[in-house]
Amino acid sequence: MIAQLTLIERQRAIAICIAVAVGGALIMLGGRDDVMGIHGALIFVAGMLMIFRIGMSYYAPEPSEDRLTRYYDDPSRAGIVLAMIWVVFALAVGDWVAWQLVEPNLTFGPAWSSFGRLRPVHTTGVIFGFGGNALIATSFYVVQRTSRARLPDQVTPWFVLLGYNLFCLLAVTGYLMGITQSKEYAEPEWYVDLWLVVVWVIYFVLYLRTLARRKEPHIYVSNWYYMAFILVVAILHIVNNLAVPISLTSAKSYSAFAGVQDAMTEWWYGHNAVAFFLTAGFLGMMYYYLPIRAGRPIYSYRMSIISFWGITFFYMWAGSHHLHYTALPQWVQTLGMTFSLMLLIPSWGSAGNLLLTLNGAWDKVRDDATLRFMMVAAVFYGLTTFEGSFMAIRSVNSLSHYTDWTVGHVHAGALGWVAMITFGAIYASVPWLWKREQMYSPRLVEVHFWLALSGTVIYVFSMWNSGIVQGLMWRTYNEGGTLAFSFIDTLVAMHPYYIARAVGGLFFLIGGCVGAYNVWMTILQPGAAASQAGDVPQPPPASGVLQPAE
Amino acid sequence: MSIFGFHYRMESKAIGLTIGIIVVASIGGLVEIAPLFTIHQTVEDAPDMRVYTPLELAGRNIYIREGCYACHSQMIRTLRDDVDRYGPYSLAVESKYDHPMLWGSKRTGPDLARIGEKYSDQWHVAHLNNPRDVVPVSVMPAYNWLMTTELRTSDLGLHLKAQRAVGVPYTDDMIANAAQDAFAQANPDSPLADGVTKRYGKATTMRSFDGKPSVLTEMDALVAYLQILGRLTEAAHKPVAQAEAAK
Ligand code: HEC
Ligand code: HEM
Repeated sequence: MIAQLTLIERQRAIAICIAVAVGGALIMLGGRDDVMGIHGALIFVAGMLMIFRIGMSYYAPEPSEDRLTRYYDDPSRAGIVLAMIWVVFALAVGDWVAWQLVEPNLTFGPAWSSFGRLRPVHTTGVIFGFGGNALIATSFYVVQRTSRARLPDQVTPWFVLLGYNLFCLLAVTGYLMGITQSKEYAEPEWYVDLWLVVVWVIYFVLYLRTLARRKEPHIYVSNWYYMAFILVVAILHIVNNLAVPISLTSAKSYSAFAGVQDAMTEWWYGHNAVAFFLTAGFLGMMYYYLPIRAGRPIYSYRMSIISFWGITFFYMWAGSHHLHYTALPQWVQTLGMTFSLMLLIPSWGSAGNLLLTLNGAWDKVRDDATLRFMMVAAVFYGLTTFEGSFMAIRSVNSLSHYTDWTVGHVHAGALGWVAMITFGAIYASVPWLWKREQMYSPRLVEVHFWLALSGTVIYVFSMWNSGIVQGLMWRTYNEGGTLAFSFIDTLVAMHPYYIARAVGGLFFLIGGCVGAYNVWMTILQPGAAASQAGDVPQPPPASGVLQPAE
Repeated sequence: MSIFGFHYRMESKAIGLTIGIIVVASIGGLVEIAPLFTIHQTVEDAPDMRVYTPLELAGRNIYIREGCYACHSQMIRTLRDDVDRYGPYSLAVESKYDHPMLWGSKRTGPDLARIGEKYSDQWHVAHLNNPRDVVPVSVMPAYNWLMTTELRTSDLGLHLKAQRAVGVPYTDDMIANAAQDAFAQANPDSPLADGVTKRYGKATTMRSFDGKPSVLTEMDALVAYLQILGRLTEAAHKPVAQAEAAK
């Protein structure tokens, strides 16, 4: 991979790594009395390892000029491998915390392995580690194909990918040591947040630079979604993480907002992290991989437009549905509920558009597990958004909130939609990226599909049950007008469902491991060295598919 | 049709899309969040509202560090069964000094907004040490290291200073004496104890929370924090405030 870089690019890369290592050393020294110092050491080591790695190939012959006639896919390959590593790790942690709710002694004692510290490791690991790497890898892949332009240089994409992974690593190791802001999905502390801002701005600029070189007059739908994902996540991240550190050499900071304003800002962020990280980005993925894999053009161009702007506009109002019946002023709650209901229109617009795209290709869905992953993802996307709008209704929310129903809803989306579309996209692109005929074992893709689907269904059903049971028990009164059940009664009632959930999660985890094995074996397979049509910026054979059908 | 024609043109300009996305996405947040800072009724007045003592603040930070908020909410909703189970519903003013708020989103364990003084210190110490000693079916993790870890007080002044920077009214006097006030709150017999009541009020809970006055542990801090929850102001218990807030 380093051999692909020119000498100047190698020098630039080393310069960046030196800057990172020096930054790490400063944090290590400045924060030596604080847990922050350990992070400094980690950054320093990461920088040094990279310098070492580049240095080893520093004198390798330079790549030939004809590299510029091909797309630059090394970062996408690395991103997919990283995504697979993260998913196995983060699903394993998810299942571990699920078992901890069955048998609390499974923390085995130390502070770092208690539920409260591991839970964010799971959520960050799946959302940012797995989802984020898959989004970055596929966005690089997709933007080049749909623009018929090569990435503008070979250092920036690596900076974005590896810088982003450094962010994830600092986040996750931080929680284990107790470094957290406690804001859900925005747990990393101020200095890690600042680092992400740098990476993210460069990511967006890279995207714009690539689009500026495009040879297609129009920007394909997928890129609208990827752009919305990058831009809006930047806005959300910067506003929600405004904070004052207690000193520049301490990890601890205090949020700029307090109480009710903080709650609204946090859920404006949190809900839209779901919208723009876990939805917009993955819709971008879906709008590229599903039509290509099915060999069918997108059903309706106009539906794509309406859905896109609908999602971008309505979602940002919906966050307050997380705060029904709280101390948040009621007018904000009502707005949140109203917009959540309207949100169903663009959401179903997207889901419908994608499912209708499959018309005429249903035989492929039957035979091809990869396409089936994508189809199921679109179905779960439709189901989850319907459920979400339903749960945003105040009276429904009074039952579901604070219970496992929410967790069931989250995982219908996370497992059924995000993970399924990602696995589909990965199974589609791995053979393309590594120039293989097909995956090492299509049978194992099939096995993974059924493990993932059954795991999801078991998970979601058990959480629906436990959530609704618990919600109902909390509000049941005796004839005398007193509460019928103590909290502990409801806790006992959850036990069998927690076992079922952890078993469903285990299925899903095994599926993930099977997928990682299959990807790895595909990479190891000897393949055709010759480049394929899809590597070269000429109208690729599939590009006809990406024209709107109308 | 013309709207699609317009879009067709905009689609060919990356900058047009960028600006479009920023504008369209910003409206919702602006309309919903900005007024919360300007509309006065958003947060009720409560003249008796006091700030956290340094020890309680340190305990709150332990609560954050350990992720207690992953299982416990601190927000009693305006629902009959919530109020019957946990007490008067939470008012915005009660978390006005909470940077960040800990309202939570999941009740794997009970709400803690009004847990203060519901149980004795000994109960909390035993429970945190190993919840199953007290509640056999509990799934809460054991936090047995709190009792043996000494509380770090040296930088408490910096904590108070940062809190003041984000709007909590700590005085210079409070900042200068933060570390010793933390120690004194858990050592009511020490000569420094008067300073705590002078700065934070007579009603401040002063006792050795973990039962070991000789050392100031993380357990002291966390229990001090749990015991003040819901007791920073009486506003929520006043019928007037309730009626006003309900309006
Ligand atoms: C895995 C989820 C979980 C985590 C994390 C957790 N708890 Fe709990 N907590 C529970 C459950 C379940 C109960 C109810 C059973 C019991 O009393 O132990 C409970 C009960 C409590 C109670 C008693 C509430 C009452 O009204 O009886 C307190 C106080 C408490 N927890 C404090 C904490 C603190 C402080 C932390 C962090 C250091 C914490 N909990 C972390 C699950 C959790
Ligand atoms: C092996 C599969 C998985 C298992 C066993 C699992 C388990 C869990 C558990 C036990 C929790 C804590 C729930 C609670 O507090 O009661 C959780 C939370 C969460 N998980 Fe997973 N998970 C899995 C996969 C995923 C995936 C793939 C994603 C996202 C792509 C995801 C996203 C989340 C989110 C966002 C939360 C927070 C939910 C909330 O705040 O309500 N999970 N998971």
